[in-house]
Amino acid sequence: MIEVDHYSFALEKREILRDLTFSIAAGERVSLIGPNGAGKTTLLKCLQRILRGGRGTIRVAGAPLDSYRQFELAKRVAYVPQSEGRMAPYTVRELVEMARYPHLGPLAPMRSADEAAIDRALEETGMVALSDRSLTALSGGERQKALLAAALAQETDILLLDEPTSFLDPAQQADLLEVLGRVRRTILSVTHDLNEALAHSTRVLALREGALVFDGPSAALAEGDTLKRIYRHPFAVGTHPRTGRPVLFP
Amino acid sequence: MSRRAVILVGIAVATAAGVALAPMIGVVSLDLVLWKIRVPRTMMAFLAGSGLSLAGMTFQALFRNPLVEPFTLGVSSGAAFGATIAIRLGWTFSILGISSIPLSAFAGALASLALVYGVSIAGRSFSTALLLLAGVAMSFFFWSLILLIQYLSDFTGSFRIMRWLMGGVETVGYDAVLDVLPFVVSGSAVILCYARELNLLAAGEDLAASRGVSVGPVRVLLFSASTLMVGGVVSLCGPIGFIGLIAPHICRLLVGTEHRCLAPATALFGGLFLLACDTVARLIIAPAELPVGVVTALLGGPFFVWLLLRRPREGGALA
Repeated sequence: MIEVDHYSFALEKREILRDLTFSIAAGERVSLIGPNGAGKTTLLKCLQRILRGGRGTIRVAGAPLDSYRQFELAKRVAYVPQSEGRMAPYTVRELVEMARYPHLGPLAPMRSADEAAIDRALEETGMVALSDRSLTALSGGERQKALLAAALAQETDILLLDEPTSFLDPAQQADLLEVLGRVRRTILSVTHDLNEALAHSTRVLALREGALVFDGPSAALAEGDTLKRIYRHPFAVGTHPRTGRPVLFP
Repeated sequence: MSRRAVILVGIAVATAAGVALAPMIGVVSLDLVLWKIRVPRTMMAFLAGSGLSLAGMTFQALFRNPLVEPFTLGVSSGAAFGATIAIRLGWTFSILGISSIPLSAFAGALASLALVYGVSIAGRSFSTALLLLAGVAMSFFFWSLILLIQYLSDFTGSFRIMRWLMGGVETVGYDAVLDVLPFVVSGSAVILCYARELNLLAAGEDLAASRGVSVGPVRVLLFSASTLMVGGVVSLCGPIGFIGLIAPHICRLLVGTEHRCLAPATALFGGLFLLACDTVARLIIAPAELPVGVVTALLGGPFFVWLLLRRPREGGALA
């Protein structure tokens, strides 16, 4: 679904991504971890071509990224940015409606298929009741779900999520992760929550200083000195009393 | 019919009534006054108000900032400087049928916009405060140059420049209306056609790109369309301030932020609002007249402060 081959990206002469090579198969749920400034958000933005340029190749659904026009790429890949503190005062439904942009011709009105996709996305994220609420009047968790609903309404095979659970309280985090658990797409999600990566993804990619330093099943994160290599910080590993899963303590 | 559609139809009806009635308000002694002065003046006020309001709305969406408009961004003063130079130097060339004054105003507006944008993103930070300060600095800079040109002019030229800078839509005959019409119609058409893209750009550039908007070319097109309108209007009517701030904000309160509804509402309401201001300016000290720019500035100053003090959650500026 996504193939990255010897890809490097520099901004103002500073190399942010270094010689990355990996691929993500259809249906995989991959967490992207790494210290601050490792290049995680930059990688997502390059995959969505929000940032352009770079050396090497990225292929999406078998075709090179550069062969897509921006609206064609938007039919394949949707990006959910970090929830900003300040948002335009659109209603939730308006935000979700905007996600149909790549499926509509210039000046073409919404069709019933578009309306159906919007309704489905609102239902899937449990946002139907809040659909007429302004984004400025939502809590952080509700806002993140509105952004996710918009990405779902875009009806892409691939979802790129940038720290979807940051700034959310534990209850809101659990709620959002439950919604994400129901979503049947290929997901690449940036997170700083290693236990979230362990529990909610099948595979983990780790970046450090722009280079890929780990690519393996999420369970392998808890083994050996993997995390110490990624974060240069020791981690303790315990066991969750209820699920028996490994739990990481920094 | 949705509530928004009803309000939009209401604005359209009010605009049609306003445009039809405005020429007849006040003393009309001769048919000649009505058809050669009042009707073209009404059309000029409507076109100028419409163009400046749509430009204000577009700048607010593109900069994601509720306080920007052609006046506060320094675009109007850049256009005024361009037009002043063309007037002072007596340029008479034309390109593609567009005369030197609107062309110079467009160039001045574009230069000012580019400078403000450049300053506000310098150091890789893009803050509301820096954007507004850059706009203020650019306004001061261009006003100083205009004052210099005015100082170097003779008494008549100096008075003409001063009166023009106060802004006004007075015109005799339809030539000026026909001059400004292509700027406003073409600019408005682009903005109305790109309302969906404006929605997404106002939500954030990253979000717009991820939804499939070709952000760079669309931004350039929308900036150019808005600047073209400002250049055209300012070259003929002077820098009428705050219309681009007041009309879009009132329309947002009426029909919401969705630009497919907001853009036509702003175009109609902005035209109607400037027409109302001009009618007040024409009548308040009759038989003398106030420049309409004075009326809009007297209304716009307090409105600007009110916007500044609104809480960010309510769409205020200090986010």
